[in-house]
Amino acid sequence: MYNFDFVKPATLSEALEALGRDEAQALGGGQTLLPTMKQRLAAPAVLVSLNGIAEMIGVCLGDAGEVCIGGATPHAVVAREAAAHYPALAALAGRIGDPAVRNRGTIGGSLANNDPSACYPAAALGSGATIRTQSRDIAADGYFLGMFDTALEEGEIITEVRFPVPVRANYQKFVQPASRFALVGVFVAQYADGVRVAVTGASTEGVFRWAEAEAALTGEFSREALAALSPPGVEMIADLHGTADYRAHLVKVMTGRAVAAA
Amino acid sequence: MTTVTMTVNGRPVSGEVEGRTLLAEFLREGLRLTGTHIGCDTSQCGACVVHVNGRAIKSCTALALDLEGAEVVTIEGMANPDGSLSRVQQAFQDHHGLQCGYCTPGMVMSAAALLQDNPKPSVEQIREHLEGNICRCTGYHNIVKAVLAASGQDVSALAAE
Repeated sequence: MYNFDFVKPATLSEALEALGRDEAQALGGGQTLLPTMKQRLAAPAVLVSLNGIAEMIGVCLGDAGEVCIGGATPHAVVAREAAAHYPALAALAGRIGDPAVRNRGTIGGSLANNDPSACYPAAALGSGATIRTQSRDIAADGYFLGMFDTALEEGEIITEVRFPVPVRANYQKFVQPASRFALVGVFVAQYADGVRVAVTGASTEGVFRWAEAEAALTGEFSREALAALSPPGVEMIADLHGTADYRAHLVKVMTGRAVAAA
Repeated sequence: MTTVTMTVNGRPVSGEVEGRTLLAEFLREGLRLTGTHIGCDTSQCGACVVHVNGRAIKSCTALALDLEGAEVVTIEGMANPDGSLSRVQQAFQDHHGLQCGYCTPGMVMSAAALLQDNPKPSVEQIREHLEGNICRCTGYHNIVKAVLAASGQDVSALAAE
């Protein structure tokens, strides 16, 4: 990879200042960014590590009972520390990549990257989470703008993600066995005011909500409620791992499994 | 170039590195600790796994400068103080858990990390934990057996089929 200036600030304000430099880029755990830079698909002039900002690491409970996760918290920490509060979220974090990747990769890095096959976007959208940055709160519904595209502005850092805790929830991932990314992953969460269903790995536009399934499951939270539904009408990814029709089929199957397991 | 300082296998070390210097490169080229292998350099194969502050990570996908001040343990730090093989290493030898040996440093480091968290893992848990460590020789069976043996559990049920 091309060389760069490396800085590791200890505070958020120092990080923001460093990100103001020309062609600066924030670094989370680097599990996507470093391989991308090795391939020379990214070549920042300055890399600003967010791994030294203590206030951005950890899991806690908010005043309204929501689970609050610091933006630089590794997946393995979420898997351990969120387990008692939001088991479905912790289980999702505990199946991202492999154990060594989970010890480095962070929630903020995953959500900022918005890989169309990543797991965390499904949890955030499926939970109606709030993505908090240094300057504002962004609702998950307005955050994911398409493949690798988000509402984040230049220099904006995810400092925290707040997850309202559902009555019950489950995430089912059909693993692409070489990469461990989701070939299709479905997060189903039942809240007092309705059910949310978020699908990752399937659409060419990245994570999306399956509105018809949400309506059906809000009416009756059972696998049978999905039986009459056609697959969601979005353009599905087609690649050597699976055709569009195959992914569309998987969406419904994995939604059913998530409902059954929730 | 910038100076990076860390503790590697209990020894304080420092060296001059670039921003882009990977931990794996610092260990191998800076410290000449060539037991940490780089298999794929894309964070898939796990040959480069080391422990950083007690947790297994892929050293080909971490920057040396991001680990300033860290406690690092590599395969060179795994033997017992008297030089004999550690429990996990000995089990790999006893149960033929390696053939070419290229993946072995990473396998041993990942296995040791598992046993730290989970002293008596099931076969399924061992296999799941080693998802990020690829071996092209053994077919994994004897690796799983070695880890099970290192945990002090009976391996007779795992006889080669």
